[in-house]
Amino acid sequence: MELVRIESLLEKYLEAQTSVAEEKELRAYFSGENVAEHLEEYRPLFAYFIAAQRESYASPVPAKRKTTFLYRWVSVAAVVAISLSAYMGGSIWIGPSEAEIAEAQLAQAEALKAFDLIAQNMNRGMDKMSYLNEFEEAKQKVYNDN
Amino acid sequence: MKQTEFVNAVLPFQDKLYRMAKRLLVSREEAEDATQEVLLKLWSKNDNLEKYKSVEAFAMTMIKNFCLDRLKSKQASNLKLVHSNYADGNRSLQANLEAKDSVSWVERIMEELPEQQKMVLQLRDIEQYDYDEIAEIMEMKPTAVRVALSRARKTVREELTKKHSYGVG
Repeated sequence: MELVRIESLLEKYLEAQTSVAEEKELRAYFSGENVAEHLEEYRPLFAYFIAAQRESYASPVPAKRKTTFLYRWVSVAAVVAISLSAYMGGSIWIGPSEAEIAEAQLAQAEALKAFDLIAQNMNRGMDKMSYLNEFEEAKQKVYNDN
Repeated sequence: MKQTEFVNAVLPFQDKLYRMAKRLLVSREEAEDATQEVLLKLWSKNDNLEKYKSVEAFAMTMIKNFCLDRLKSKQASNLKLVHSNYADGNRSLQANLEAKDSVSWVERIMEELPEQQKMVLQLRDIEQYDYDEIAEIMEMKPTAVRVALSRARKTVREELTKKHSYGVG
């Protein structure tokens, strides 16, 4: 009974006399399980129509989507690069190690010692320089007497 | 019409524009370009849009004419040769790969149809427009639409029967 109806609908379909509703009926029949064997060749036709109707215009602004995608990966790469460099060069970022601090303090102490030594010798020299004043005083006396 | 109103008005049939363009131009990129182009043109005509009875039918007509122009200018230019050679090679490769997939037969059979029949079949059997709408979109008489549609359906069925009997036998 149904088969007779489908066959007559197909006939009308080929003559372009079917209504949209009748064509929906055909779609439903051919996407179902029990399609008559001699009508099997119509199955891919209606299957294709249904599949083709689902295709959609997915990317209204395709160029933009591509760049945002790229940016996302660039930011990921940047995070990786920064954390990697922080990890690898950690000693530089965090500051000098204890051995380096000790060495620097030693160097400072040595420098201070050297400065002290120079200062002492300087003072000794300065003491000797004070005799020069005697010379000056003697000179004044000579002038005054004249 | 404001931008959001426009987007809401266009959204329901945007896919139909794209599918129509793809039916005619085959390449996905070209179809996307064509759709975008038509949407832009539609936006620039924004002020007069209310005047049209159906914006959708108007847009469908626009994309039809736009794609036909594209095809015509392609045929006129030297590029066409390069392009068709490329497409042909591609198609036979695809044909080999998809030989068993009978659903994709239908797509290839439709590719071979004359443009008018291709479009009428697209509008009716895929988009399910009624005859008056198709006549408006195609700028044809309803009777001519039926004739083209009937021819297209018969050709597709014939080709499909041929392939089907090869496939079975």
